[in-house]
Amino acid sequence: MSTKGSQRLCISIFSMLNIILIILSGVVVGYFVRKIPQVKYVGTIISMIIMLLLFFLGVSVGANEQVVKNFSSIGFDALIITLGGTLGTVLCAWFVYKRFFKRKDKKS
Amino acid sequence: MKQSLIYLLLFAIGVILALFGWIPEALLKDDISKWILYGLLFFVGIQIGSSKNMFTAVKRFGFKIALVPIATTVGTFAGVAIISMLLPERSLSDCLSVGAGFAYYSLSSILISEFRGAELGTIALLANIMREFIVLIFTPWMVKYFGKLSPICAGGATTMDTTLPIITKYSGSDYVVVALFHGMIIDFSVPLWVSFFLSL
Repeated sequence: MSTKGSQRLCISIFSMLNIILIILSGVVVGYFVRKIPQVKYVGTIISMIIMLLLFFLGVSVGANEQVVKNFSSIGFDALIITLGGTLGTVLCAWFVYKRFFKRKDKKS
Repeated sequence: MKQSLIYLLLFAIGVILALFGWIPEALLKDDISKWILYGLLFFVGIQIGSSKNMFTAVKRFGFKIALVPIATTVGTFAGVAIISMLLPERSLSDCLSVGAGFAYYSLSSILISEFRGAELGTIALLANIMREFIVLIFTPWMVKYFGKLSPICAGGATTMDTTLPIITKYSGSDYVVVALFHGMIIDFSVPLWVSFFLSL
């Protein structure tokens, strides 16, 4: 059990580093090509890849009986998590706004 | 709004095709999708690196502006951690990885389904789409009761694109740079936080 756990941890840390390196190399490339006009097509490429991947996510959801059977409880869990996160964020934003931003608004 | 409906539609078409068994077996093996995902992350990096708004925003508001993405992150994680007690069958790290999508539903759901399976991936997709819709619908009300930063923080990674128009309208054009800066930072942090919580 514990070896399996640590094995999983190693794989996850490896893929996390992978992900960070891939994004950072993209950022570096992006910084150097930022003046090239074709850069504006990057947004389109991203949405097309996302459409493709979301279609495949849909396919794996539809092919997974467990997920199909529990779809309403999955939706409920999603709603709960979102409500918690959004509420927490709004309260934090309220605090930062009152404490650091509001005064500047009145002056200007 | 239109784009998120298209995304949702494609997801639904995939579900329906698979439900009726109209998908050839070969497509169900997903070794390719990891490479497509890595390609996607690379392009997301290019988009972040090539945008110019970061420095103008810092110049205008000073380093105080860094507090906005911090408030988003802290508030979301605290809220999710507290509310996850209502969902005893889901682990805290799973809930936090869903929350760490910050409304960037496409990227977060794909990452999560790659490493945790379709069920949690679907939760991430739905939860983060809901977050975007909450901002699109409730921004006027949020600004009225919780100040001009509240729709920016609630909008998470979407404040540089889909929710920017509504934020501009209700928080005022002074806050456009804040929204752009915030969206960029959160955008960049989504894959990092998601993979961090998945590795716990």
